[in-house]
Amino acid sequence: MAGWQRHEGQIIRLPLENVDTDQLIPARFMSVPRSQGYGPYLMHDLRRDAAGDLLPDFALNRARGSVLFAGRNFGSGSSREAAVYALVDAGFVAVVAPSFGDIFASNAVNNGLLPARLSADQIADLGAGETAQVDLATKTLTVGAVSARYDLDDTWREKLINGWDDIDLTLQHRERIAQYRANRAATPGAWPRAG
Amino acid sequence: MCIFMEKPSTLLDKLWANHEVMRRQDGTSLMWVDRHLVHEGSHHAFARIDARNLKVAEPALTFGVVDHYAPTRGPAKDADIVRMITTLERNATAHGITLFGLHDPRQGIVHVIGPEQGITLPGLMINCGDSHTSTHGAFGALAFGIGATEVAHVLATQTLWQKKPAAMRITFEGALGHGVTAKDMALGWIAQLGTDGARGHAVEYAGAAVAALSMAGRMTLCNLSIEGGARFGMIAPDDTTFDYVKGRPHAPRGGDWDKAVAAWRSLRSDTSAEFARDVTIDASTIAPTLTWGTSPEQALPIDGILPDPDTLPDGKAEAAQAAYDYMGLTPGFPLAGTPVDQVFLGSCTNGRLEDLRAAAEVLRGRQARVPGLVSPGSAQIKAQAEAEGLDQVFTNAGLDWVASGCSMCVGMNGDLVGRGKRCASSTNRNFRGRQGQGARTHLMSPAMVAAAAVTGRLSDVRDLMPGRA
Ligand code: SF4
Repeated sequence: MAGWQRHEGQIIRLPLENVDTDQLIPARFMSVPRSQGYGPYLMHDLRRDAAGDLLPDFALNRARGSVLFAGRNFGSGSSREAAVYALVDAGFVAVVAPSFGDIFASNAVNNGLLPARLSADQIADLGAGETAQVDLATKTLTVGAVSARYDLDDTWREKLINGWDDIDLTLQHRERIAQYRANRAATPGAWPRAG
Repeated sequence: MCIFMEKPSTLLDKLWANHEVMRRQDGTSLMWVDRHLVHEGSHHAFARIDARNLKVAEPALTFGVVDHYAPTRGPAKDADIVRMITTLERNATAHGITLFGLHDPRQGIVHVIGPEQGITLPGLMINCGDSHTSTHGAFGALAFGIGATEVAHVLATQTLWQKKPAAMRITFEGALGHGVTAKDMALGWIAQLGTDGARGHAVEYAGAAVAALSMAGRMTLCNLSIEGGARFGMIAPDDTTFDYVKGRPHAPRGGDWDKAVAAWRSLRSDTSAEFARDVTIDASTIAPTLTWGTSPEQALPIDGILPDPDTLPDGKAEAAQAAYDYMGLTPGFPLAGTPVDQVFLGSCTNGRLEDLRAAAEVLRGRQARVPGLVSPGSAQIKAQAEAEGLDQVFTNAGLDWVASGCSMCVGMNGDLVGRGKRCASSTNRNFRGRQGQGARTHLMSPAMVAAAAVTGRLSDVRDLMPGRA
């Protein structure tokens, strides 16, 4: 995963609350290998009518963009990382919302997608501009002449900037883990009894 | 003699401290994972470690199960479904992981068989690439769902980087009324606090009504924690817990058992421990509760009136209107009496033996007015239910008795609710399209699902219960 510092891109506004992971990608597409790309499945059913035709007024159908403005509790629901794959594969670099599902947010960071928390009022104050500049170092989001500081865990910011892979980081602590493991093994029940 | 009083700690504090391998300067902990459960959806994670030529670090602590795509009526026909199942089988073999495959008598839904097999024990840290992993917290375990990148990390290192959440306690005082269950407790608190009401917190459930719950009920309550925004739900282990665990295939035996129980007894919040949030609910005020909308927080007691969106707090009006449009319901009307098209009994929330018994109690000697599916949470539960004749009760009533799996909870195996159809369901998510495109889901307890089957409408199960208890 490549790290990034700054991004400028087109805003897509989706003022819906509780866009859960089942909306982000319906379960029936989750058997697709990642190499085939998940972009086409992003909000597959939400952006279509009952006959399967694209809704012309739905924000995602009107333009392509890389910065998504959404409502509260974005990405609530399941742990399916495919919800993040769909956003990333469709070209999104940042999602801006008042709150996120916990697992969604950590999945996002693990895939280089910024989950930036801004209150509904702050989002409104940014105005109706078409493009946004996102800066990780200063945690600012700028639309036209207006800037806002978004909330983001510092650890997550470091990860996004450096594009760190946790497995590499963790394997540097091999010895500590082995030490812990040896102590843990003495705890009754820590290893399953051979069934 | 103890001179220095240690700071009182919560159950979360104790479990966290026991699993912390190290802590980084930024406060993130490297946590040891005692049990890692994988299912067909883990294919992304296996692909990641394969790409790096890594092996599963602790195969003895890793268990695989076929559940999400498990066919419930005969062999799988769809090529994608077959591929998902065979991919898991291949990965399990390649990495030396115990697999509860389709034809294994121990197969079932991951959060049902973990406890059933004694893989889930008090004091453990348990992870799975599934958000309802919070279920296992019912045993006093640190259990939470993780995404595919994290699954790959656990496979490769048996550890996970996590920031400790804040502790929250929900105390249910008093006793539940007749016909009221753990499902109603869960839907009740989520309706009260909202789907992000416990965000960033680990919830410990406490109080007399929680202590009185069976393990099945405790698992239902912890299972739904995620629907209230909490990644963790937990209950301090007690004799109910130990009685359930004792003698399970992978549980400690003999002297190890005694040592384990002695250690497990200390897994409780100290009396004066402080919680970042503390909520108290009077259990006796809870009625059978069900959802009317497309979010678990859109729930009402069965005798409730569908709320006028304009009376709802800020920001919820629009969501409520959208939910009414999707669900085909009108504000101002009673929820009870709404006709349903079908019912579903099953899932990791309410597919246990006790759940099937409660539904059968209502259905015995009665006919269902609508079609429905009953999928037990595991093959063992299925066998036990058949030994008790519950399958006969369901089929005599006109419902389909099928094999175990996630089935209509998520529809991945092809068990779907049709467009515009209304389903009374014992599952955990009423999201748009969760049970199929355009499907209208109402979440409720198994007994309430049975009541809906018998009447063909959303109904108060208590009206069907007098004299039958
Ligand atoms: S039954 Fe539903 S919620 Fe439970 S593990 Fe299966 S898909 Fe997930």
